[in-house]
Amino acid sequence: MINTALKPLSVIKSGATVKVARIDAGKGLNAKLASMGLFPHVKIKVVNNGHPGPFVIAVKDSKVALGRGMANKIIVCDV
Amino acid sequence: MKSAKKITVALIGNPNSGKTTIFNMLTGARQHVGNYPGVTVEKFQGVCRYKDFEMHIVDLPGTYSLTAYSPEELIARNYIIDEHPDVVVQVVDASHIERSLYLTMQLIEIDAPLVLAFNMSDIARQKGLVFDTDKLSTLLEAPIVQTVGSKNKGKQELLDMAASVSQKPKTRRIHTVTYGDEIQRQLEVIEDLLKSKEPQLSEKYTAHWLAVKLLENDTEIAAKISDKSVHDTVNSAVAHLKSLFKDEPEIILADRRYGFISGACQETIKTTAEARHNLSDTIDTFVIHRILGLPIFLILMYIVFSLTFRLGKYPMDWLESSFAWLGTAIGDVWPADSMLWLQSLLVDGVIAGVGGVIVFLPNILLLFLAIAFLEDTGYMARAAFVADRIMHKIGLHGKSFIPMLIGFGCSVPAIMAARILENKRNRLTTIMVIPLMSCGAKLTIYMLIIPAFFVDTILLDAGIITIRTQALMLWLIYLIGIVIAVICAKLLRGTLFKGESIPFVMELPPYRMPTLKSLTIHMWQRAWLYLKKAGTIILAISIILWFAASYPRVSADSLEDLPVEQAQQTQLEYSVIGRFGKFIEPLIKPLGFDWKIGTALIGATAAKEVFVSQMGIIYAVGDTSTDTHTLRSTLKNTYTPLTGFCIMLFCLIYAPCFATLAATRMETNTWRWPIFQFFALTLIAYFLTLLTYQFGRLLL
Repeated sequence: MINTALKPLSVIKSGATVKVARIDAGKGLNAKLASMGLFPHVKIKVVNNGHPGPFVIAVKDSKVALGRGMANKIIVCDV
Repeated sequence: MKSAKKITVALIGNPNSGKTTIFNMLTGARQHVGNYPGVTVEKFQGVCRYKDFEMHIVDLPGTYSLTAYSPEELIARNYIIDEHPDVVVQVVDASHIERSLYLTMQLIEIDAPLVLAFNMSDIARQKGLVFDTDKLSTLLEAPIVQTVGSKNKGKQELLDMAASVSQKPKTRRIHTVTYGDEIQRQLEVIEDLLKSKEPQLSEKYTAHWLAVKLLENDTEIAAKISDKSVHDTVNSAVAHLKSLFKDEPEIILADRRYGFISGACQETIKTTAEARHNLSDTIDTFVIHRILGLPIFLILMYIVFSLTFRLGKYPMDWLESSFAWLGTAIGDVWPADSMLWLQSLLVDGVIAGVGGVIVFLPNILLLFLAIAFLEDTGYMARAAFVADRIMHKIGLHGKSFIPMLIGFGCSVPAIMAARILENKRNRLTTIMVIPLMSCGAKLTIYMLIIPAFFVDTILLDAGIITIRTQALMLWLIYLIGIVIAVICAKLLRGTLFKGESIPFVMELPPYRMPTLKSLTIHMWQRAWLYLKKAGTIILAISIILWFAASYPRVSADSLEDLPVEQAQQTQLEYSVIGRFGKFIEPLIKPLGFDWKIGTALIGATAAKEVFVSQMGIIYAVGDTSTDTHTLRSTLKNTYTPLTGFCIMLFCLIYAPCFATLAATRMETNTWRWPIFQFFALTLIAYFLTLLTYQFGRLLL
């Protein structure tokens, strides 16, 4: 059975690849994130879960740093 | 000779796409920096002559899309839709094609006359990417030129293409992004309504683009449309699409655009090599490491500061002695007894004041060079990342750390550097607390006071580490500044600049070796702004201060018998500044200050270094720069160490210098914030010093 349970990106371990399910951000921010390649259905890889600090992910070939708060707002599921 | 055809070429592209290297390649050193009206985003312009064209090249701010999220994006978008440049060159990082094409899609949607510059094509080739540019160009209906900006490759081709596109009549596009039947249908309904209700806007921006933006919930565009029926239709369309797709329309639109892009990429780009773990990733495993990240960052910063001050010391000494020489030379050649006031204005006012600022130029240049280096290599983004954890706790952004650090050098470039913060509240908070970072000018005050009052004894000797009184005092005063800044930032974020902290999202670009050319251009542009702005203000202030310290004049007869120093002091007491010092004496007495310190403090609002020279004049020890030793012993005999400490504390916090206030005015576009900064900091300084002095008197 495929595990499709939803969880915030912040709990994902470094090195894991997950799929974005939804992003609970404001409207403007949603569009900005989309323009950086970060939007639902996209696969992302957690490069560095810098717990308790910020977070680095790889999306579409580029590395993006996210604050902890942001990583909590991105809801992901297993690929 | 034929007169040149004038065309405007706008450069647009993602941050870190190498847009600036292309701009430098096209314009060389013939650049001009200004500001976009009403905002503090720098506007870079340059001219390039090519064949019979005179190309005016505008470097738009780096942006990922044409939404209205940040001021940079809005500026880029408004420039293209309102100014109609003849050609829009999008600089595309050829090794990050997919993400870059998202911006391309939006440029196509507003029907911009587009040329694509596939930059850093050498790196893309190394990564094993092979482009079928002909096919991709047909799909996107825009010519593609491969360039390597840092190596001047592809300049001819790019200019050729820009020239030819500017002369081509506009044609209708064949391919556009297809958003699917359901969305397309909603778009058409809105488009038709727009054409009848808002004909002017539809004509100007095309109904299709407006409709797309309205579906995306673009507040900027929505505000332009006054017709209520349009808004109603948009709202019901949004509701309909939401119920259908279970997602916001802007997400679906983004999804479709990426769909088009990945389709186009699959057909035209081949990867010959497997993506492997590259050097950037290796460096990052250390640099943004959870534990190692912070020490690495601190060491790098230490190197930056020690280089700035050590290397800067030599040219600074030369400049200082040249200004001193200039002052003496003017005195020597000045015809005796004629217009002595003018001589004094020139030497004591203009040369001392403006020269006092220009001597810092080598430091500033070096600091800017170091910052440009850290930025261009890509390290700055990592520094912000590392600092985010700490800054987050005081309600600020990781990026705030960069301007605050620069503040240890000088507040003026620091406040200018606060531009990197997108969020206005974060930017204002950062600007407000920057003056609490002990800058180079305040250091001169500490260097006068500390040796005067505190004997340098060894407090702790533990082999490699020895703690001495004077170093400890210096460290303490810097630390106090930082602690107050942290408290103020937290207070401001909780009150005046309340609001959710903007989430931290920032791309970490791959590391790159910057070119010398781009570093020099980068450094010089900033330094020039500093020189121009600080220079003009300082000149004006120096003249005003000189008058305030020299007038009204004591009659020459009453000074005749006095020795030079005492004459100077009598004159000072009689002048506007002296009278003002006496006037505020009751106010500053509880802080342990007398009127003499008061006048020095007033003078130091212009520039903090003035405190030292002013005290020198007041205590009539002649030339202070050569004889601070005498001044120190005078101070020691006159005041208590507690007063000495209170002077440092007060100078650390109170009113920022005029150049800083002017920088705040420039960056916030209103006088409200510099005025607030002036009074708030002075009040904090007053009460803290009051507490320190009164408690200190009880204890000591």
